[in-house]
Amino acid sequence: MAHFKKKQAGSKQEIPTSAMPDVVFMLLFFFMVTTVLREVTLKVKLDLTQASNIEKIEQKRLVSYIYMGPERLPGNQIGEDKVQIDDAIVEDLGAIRNLMYDKLIEEPRLIVSLRVDQNSEFGLLTDVQKELQQAGTFRINYSTKREAD
Amino acid sequence: MLKKKKREGAEINGSSMADIAFLLLIFFLVTTTINVDTGIGMVLPPPLDPEQEPPPIRERNLMKILVNSQGLVLMDEEPVPITDVRDKLIEFISNPENNEELAISPDAAIVSLKTQRETPYSIYIDMLDEVMGAYKDLRDAASRSNYGVSYDALADDSPQQEQIKDMYPKKISIAEPDS
Repeated sequence: MAHFKKKQAGSKQEIPTSAMPDVVFMLLFFFMVTTVLREVTLKVKLDLTQASNIEKIEQKRLVSYIYMGPERLPGNQIGEDKVQIDDAIVEDLGAIRNLMYDKLIEEPRLIVSLRVDQNSEFGLLTDVQKELQQAGTFRINYSTKREAD
Repeated sequence: MLKKKKREGAEINGSSMADIAFLLLIFFLVTTTINVDTGIGMVLPPPLDPEQEPPPIRERNLMKILVNSQGLVLMDEEPVPITDVRDKLIEFISNPENNEELAISPDAAIVSLKTQRETPYSIYIDMLDEVMGAYKDLRDAASRSNYGVSYDALADDSPQQEQIKDMYPKKISIAEPDS
């Protein structure tokens, strides 16, 4: 009869860790690429409304944001409804036309995401939309939160 | 006589590289926010030429929805509670009984949404949400009966999806508020 030798549990079984830095670096690059560090400082108060029939914007690179809401004043005060594009408040609504047109030239498939405070009035939105029509940026998106069912 | 020291290949100690990479990794893990932007997508019409007359639209194909600043709704001059808007819209668009008053065919139906300047944005979005919901229900139903799957399950830009889209095109007009 053949004698089977019991395999001894190896006392020195080690997982090779030499590839660990490579793995970690790969993860690192992934997160470095996906991270968006620069966030716009909001100068208006934003409290998004909710809706249930919404869609995701997949291509984030195409999106340009317009913020609308009551202006934040020093000392926790809240002012009138204002429009903010990038980092500045746009006082003259007529300037939106040129601003958005320039962005459209840079990115022809531009999607304008309108982030509007839920209590701001519709009137301001129409004025902005009229400017967007003049600029030729027709694809818009009313940014909302998902409604909890 | 001084003996020349023999140089050995200088090596950088690489054992701490993993630690450094881990530290960076944790930093980026913490700062990353994978937030997806969600919202209601719309396409604005090109600006209106003041000399050009708007194209004629048959009255029965047009559903006029008026919303005032209190959130009260008029649909074709009839007051409607906001909870019934979706069902009324579905009836109007699909028109299962070929009612003379309702749209001739789903692809001819136009929904016109009009609010006042003072209307809060949330009410406007609620209304738009109802309109989108009506179209979603219709597209879902069509997709289920034709292909047996929900509309969301169809692949983007597939011929099936395009066909459903053509059956129920979203024709939504956002009217300018008076004064």
